[in-house]
Amino acid sequence: MSDEQVTLIVFSGELDRALAAFNLANTAASMGMDVTMFFTFWGLTVVEKGGGARGDKGLLQWMMSLVNRGGAGRLKLSRMNMLGAGKGAMKSLMKKYRMPSLQEMIALAAEQGVRFVACTTSMALMGLAEKDFIDEVGEFAGAATYLGLASKGNVNLFI
Amino acid sequence: MDADHTLDCIGLYCPMPIVKTSQRIKELSGGEVLEVVSDDRGIKSDMPAWCEKTGHEFLGLQEDEGEIKVYVRKNPTTG
Repeated sequence: MSDEQVTLIVFSGELDRALAAFNLANTAASMGMDVTMFFTFWGLTVVEKGGGARGDKGLLQWMMSLVNRGGAGRLKLSRMNMLGAGKGAMKSLMKKYRMPSLQEMIALAAEQGVRFVACTTSMALMGLAEKDFIDEVGEFAGAATYLGLASKGNVNLFI
Repeated sequence: MDADHTLDCIGLYCPMPIVKTSQRIKELSGGEVLEVVSDDRGIKSDMPAWCEKTGHEFLGLQEDEGEIKVYVRKNPTTG
């Protein structure tokens, strides 16, 4: 274990912000730092499987999930999304410049040993169960876990 | 500059040259020199920063019409 901790709170569920978070996570892991990503609130959508099943959701949670479908492939841009046209343009530019997709960045982060933690409070709020997340999410915890790590961290970011 | 290994990162942008360097250098023996070829000018600042953090030695760079070659010597004490 490295003596340098990096913690990233991924609060946002937009493609551009998720890309920024995973860019930093992958770079920090490449620099030999221990990286933990906490996915909370809208950030949970980034690491949802996104199968669209109702699962254990109540009616309100189910309705919310229909207008905010989870899954890395479904995220919108925070600006210039234009009903998906802006996102499509951004994705084709990323491909043109050989930049990895968000899904590739997620796989790379896991391969590099980045820890993925999902916030259990947000999970309850949104009616999400452990099985609703991609396999990379190995831990389910709360704010004390985050603060315990962040207090030892040199780099702690809220994205 | 003579290098033992070359890593082609032409056309790749941050963070990929650094991620690929960190993966590749694991395959080298301590003391060997890796040449990384990139056309992302960010590498001129990023590679020395990566070396400082990871304990490998930044030996310098050569730039020729937008093609940047950076040289890294793997920390001899890390096998």
